[in-house]
Amino acid sequence: MTVAETEERIIRYNNAFNETLRQLLLDDPDIFIAGEDVGRYGGVFQSFAGLNAEFGDERVVDTPIAEQAIVGLGIGAAAVGLRPIVDLMFMDFVMVAMDQIANQAAKMKYMYGGKATLPLTITTTGGAGLGAAAQHSQSLEAWLIHVPGLKVVYPSNPYDVKGLLVSCVRDDNPTIFTLHKKMLGSKGHVPEGLYEIPLGEANIVREGTDVTVVAIGMMVGEAEKAAEMLAEEGVSVEIIDPRTLLPFDIDTVVESAKKTNRIVIVHEAVRNGGIGAEIAAQIQEEAFDYLDAPIARVAAPFSPVPFSPALENAYVPNAESIAEGVRGVLYRNV
Amino acid sequence: MATKQQSKISKTVLLDLHRRMVRIRLLEEAAGRLASEAKIPGFIHLYVGEEAVAVGGCVALKAEDQITSTHRGHGHLVAKGGQFKPMMAEFMGRATGYCKGKGGSMHISDLDLGMLGANGIVGGGVPHAVGAAFANKYRKNNLVTMAFFGDGSTNIGAFHEAANMACALHLPVIFMCENNEYAEYTARERVMAITDVADRAVAYGMPGVIVDGMDVVAVYEAAKAAVERARNGDGPSMIECKTYRFYNHAGVSAFGTPYRTDEEVREWMERDPIKLFEAQLELAKVLSADEAQAIHEEIQAEVDEAIEFAEASPMPDPSTDMLTDVYTEAS
Repeated sequence: MTVAETEERIIRYNNAFNETLRQLLLDDPDIFIAGEDVGRYGGVFQSFAGLNAEFGDERVVDTPIAEQAIVGLGIGAAAVGLRPIVDLMFMDFVMVAMDQIANQAAKMKYMYGGKATLPLTITTTGGAGLGAAAQHSQSLEAWLIHVPGLKVVYPSNPYDVKGLLVSCVRDDNPTIFTLHKKMLGSKGHVPEGLYEIPLGEANIVREGTDVTVVAIGMMVGEAEKAAEMLAEEGVSVEIIDPRTLLPFDIDTVVESAKKTNRIVIVHEAVRNGGIGAEIAAQIQEEAFDYLDAPIARVAAPFSPVPFSPALENAYVPNAESIAEGVRGVLYRNV
Repeated sequence: MATKQQSKISKTVLLDLHRRMVRIRLLEEAAGRLASEAKIPGFIHLYVGEEAVAVGGCVALKAEDQITSTHRGHGHLVAKGGQFKPMMAEFMGRATGYCKGKGGSMHISDLDLGMLGANGIVGGGVPHAVGAAFANKYRKNNLVTMAFFGDGSTNIGAFHEAANMACALHLPVIFMCENNEYAEYTARERVMAITDVADRAVAYGMPGVIVDGMDVVAVYEAAKAAVERARNGDGPSMIECKTYRFYNHAGVSAFGTPYRTDEEVREWMERDPIKLFEAQLELAKVLSADEAQAIHEEIQAEVDEAIEFAEASPMPDPSTDMLTDVYTEAS
């Protein structure tokens, strides 16, 4: 590391994304960006600000509102050797483009006997908390991890935004990179240069001995707050951020389970059929004999994301509900 | 008909058009027989009757240009230079097939030939043509992309999105519609309020022309013009080829169905694109009936050889092949 990189360089999550895109565009002429409003306007969250002005309409492309064609554009361009980054603005729009994502991009390599290589990155924003209601707030990672051929990442802090985005764009497979829209303004240390965080490697955010919390996206920060609260109660919490949801680093989670013997999985999506179910199933397959309590899931209730702050605040898991989950597996809340 | 046009086209091209159509026909007829004998598993969508479209389109392209295809993709791959042995092996699910037995008839492709994939989702491949064309323009390589699709595809959202995007971004794409009058087993007039797909072109901002899809020279001439337009940077075009599928949507029967009449099928079979073209070639003294017969026999021998190759080829091995090619491993 250079001297500059050893110093704390604090920037916002959204700026980490923007800076990384700019550096990637400078780094590789085969990279281009396409999506709705990403050009002149700079994206609805200004995540792409300044890129069109610097790199032009050829490399930062405003598209029609046409999610199937946006992903299809990326597939076709990737199949003939470019390295596209296509943006779907809101993760909810993944469903609009699901044929192109799940039937086309994900399966091409296999269907065509290995000949198709698709270095395609789909960027989007997920998560609730902004009063954006049922069609602009979802976390749909469970829909995506069901599809062989995709890689799915969900960064929980600015440092991971940069390292995971670089890895996604340089990966030769279709990847889906989700920013959490409520975290766009959050700050953290981000080195200036490009660096990669390997896809499929979890991050032990906090070491602990009594219970393991596996948390995704914005829930990582909430889990850290919960861990502070629980420390005051004498509970030592280990927090694992998977970073990549597909492929999933089950080994790190199982190792932790063997140490703490108690697991709480936290995600923002509804509990039913969520990624927590898959993680729990894999843990019990690998570490059933080590568990001292049923695996708990802290997740959203089974309703669409509500609009009113009164409802939405109660809908999204937070430090308090995570702490309750932890007390549950420790049998301290009865 | 078409004698004036033929005079402008070299004998080499005319014979190429003929040969590629016969290659498709004989491969397809063999594939149909093998499917009916259950030697080819799964669904099969035969291209018989529509040969002039794939061939007229692909002969107008350079070898490096790309095409996208449909569930009825055998003809497109043959027209783009696909080889019989790996095709037949793929139909039979063998490890030596173009897709190692993982794709089958419906996903037959060879990306090395610029054939970006047959596609099981109607209209699903059209956006990929737009993406490949974007890459061509981006790289200024002067290549173009031709999307093949049916009349049914033009009713699906992905098609409209792709056509609009191609025109908005002014990309070198040729939209090649095979209007065979039936979307699977439903007549066009039951699901579309217009007769001509080409009418849709103007709505996206591109020219749309209608050609006789049973006349390979007419298709070739229209494709040449559209390819030249795309290569010159003048943007997308649409060509609607009025054609007909001799067999049903899937499978190997042609007659006795409730969705179209046997009389109609027979009328179209009279306009067999290969027979029509052979008659023209004979009249123009480009190819005699005997010479045409010799070409059929030569190609049939190649088909038979491909069947032998496929039948002698190993099946993929579940223990080693199931999980390969899901992801590209880091190099």
